[in-house]
Amino acid sequence: MSRCPDHLFERFQELFPTMDTENPAPPEASAGAENEADTAEPPPPPPPPPPCRKTEFAKVGYDLDAIVEPHQIEEAAKLLDDEGFAIDMITAVDWPDAEQFELVYDFMHFEAGTRVCVRTRIPRDRPEIATLSFIFPGANWHERETAEFFGIQFTGHPNPIHLLLPDDFEGYPLRKDFKPPSDPLLKP
Amino acid sequence: MELYPVQSTGPQETFVLNLGPQHPATHGVLRVKLTMDGEFINEAVIVAGYVHREHEKMGENRPWDQFLPNTGRIDYLSAMMYTHAYVGVIERACGIEVPPRAEYIRVITSELNRISSHLVWWGAFLLDLGGMTPLLYAFDDREKILDILEALTGARLTYCYYRVGGLAEDLNEGFVEDVREFVKEFRPRLKMFRRLVSENIIFRKRVEGIGIIDAEMCRKYGATGPMIRGAGIPYDVRRAEPYSVYPELDFDVAVDPAADSMARYKVRMEEMEQSLRIIEQCLDRLPDGPVMGKVPRKLKLPEGDFCYATEAARGRFEVRVVSTGKPVAHRVRLRTPCFGNLSLFEEAARGLMLADGIAMMGSLDLVIPDIDR
Repeated sequence: MSRCPDHLFERFQELFPTMDTENPAPPEASAGAENEADTAEPPPPPPPPPPCRKTEFAKVGYDLDAIVEPHQIEEAAKLLDDEGFAIDMITAVDWPDAEQFELVYDFMHFEAGTRVCVRTRIPRDRPEIATLSFIFPGANWHERETAEFFGIQFTGHPNPIHLLLPDDFEGYPLRKDFKPPSDPLLKP
Repeated sequence: MELYPVQSTGPQETFVLNLGPQHPATHGVLRVKLTMDGEFINEAVIVAGYVHREHEKMGENRPWDQFLPNTGRIDYLSAMMYTHAYVGVIERACGIEVPPRAEYIRVITSELNRISSHLVWWGAFLLDLGGMTPLLYAFDDREKILDILEALTGARLTYCYYRVGGLAEDLNEGFVEDVREFVKEFRPRLKMFRRLVSENIIFRKRVEGIGIIDAEMCRKYGATGPMIRGAGIPYDVRRAEPYSVYPELDFDVAVDPAADSMARYKVRMEEMEQSLRIIEQCLDRLPDGPVMGKVPRKLKLPEGDFCYATEAARGRFEVRVVSTGKPVAHRVRLRTPCFGNLSLFEEAARGLMLADGIAMMGSLDLVIPDIDR
């Protein structure tokens, strides 16, 4: 059984009526297919998950999984802020085959213990999404970290500088195509 | 509530004070750029990343089980809880059953680890405030825990004792007796610590009403652990997202509504007491049986996202893995408690006096590799 309260589920569904009709994560069909065609037989496409679903906490570790459009992320955060949720973490996942970055926003509730996971996908060649720093100030650091590791731009971020990496670090280490720089001492 | 005025009225002349990265009060290599107006902090900017090791990338390029030792090295003071979260996420994803004996031993060792971690904090915090002696007392007792755990696991800090599906090996001979004796000895010691320090007027003047971090700020920044419990909200992962055998155990979540440095201090002191209670109950109920469940030789997680959180000594530690069905992870995300706890420092330190800022930072119980990962 999911521990997600019904009213939260309904609010999510009400707020994003487009989620039910639109396919949440359509991979770039033409470009992706051409690249894959010469490497291996394309795997059968998995059925798209429903955009907003209750999940079983004991199996996955969160109660509500909502997939939203990139422009809806602020709206979703405001809804969760309104419901008294706390920010848990923000991160990204690189999907080079689909040419996309998946952004994952986790929220937790201190009283109810509910955990909500909001995801969205942005194109890999134009990685931009609005910042949540003004709704949850804690998002500031999480976004700085995501930005330096994935090269994702958080528009409107108040302090878009490196957090953990050195200021002069080049490249985005958590991208799948990242090649670590060779040892500077061994360079000719 | 406020013992000191938080706003200075002096001339608007500021200077920059550099705290760290090599400074004992930052408990590691953390740098804080402070813009000071006399004795008052106008602005604090955290410069982190000095011990960044990119654990998350390491998680992506080795088989699931080989990443396990890394997790014990993120927060070197609570390695047990961290390895627990990582084995937990794999067990949750694969549906692996853990034998009850292993679960009980996990809880015992985790709680011992929590006490030893809180003892380090207790000593170091008071050292920050200028008290040298408590550290020696704290390390005296901590040494006993480290000896017990060393005999069991072979390591003194960076334990890698849990395995996916159970434990590396069963308890060594004499473990139960040693722990019982420790519990018996530590209770009066804890009382003595309270008499020595908690009611000391000099100490109380330094922490009571200082460094207010209320529940709303914790919520906005995602601060957990003793921070949120010190702000009056009984949020404990052991209760909110029950894992292992914690639901069967009888313990209280330590809470203090004052939201100041003293509240966080009291919460941690109470937590040590509760940990002792948990350990005693587990020792009484410790079942016989195997310590390793049935685990496939080659671990393969089903596709999807999985999370597993544990209550580490500093708050909520969560591992989020993304699997594509391959023998290696597609993405491992480590949500560490200190990251959220420290991120609010910039806001909370504004307007404090420098010495109070240090006192507040000490009450956050920072472990820098936990922030930098």
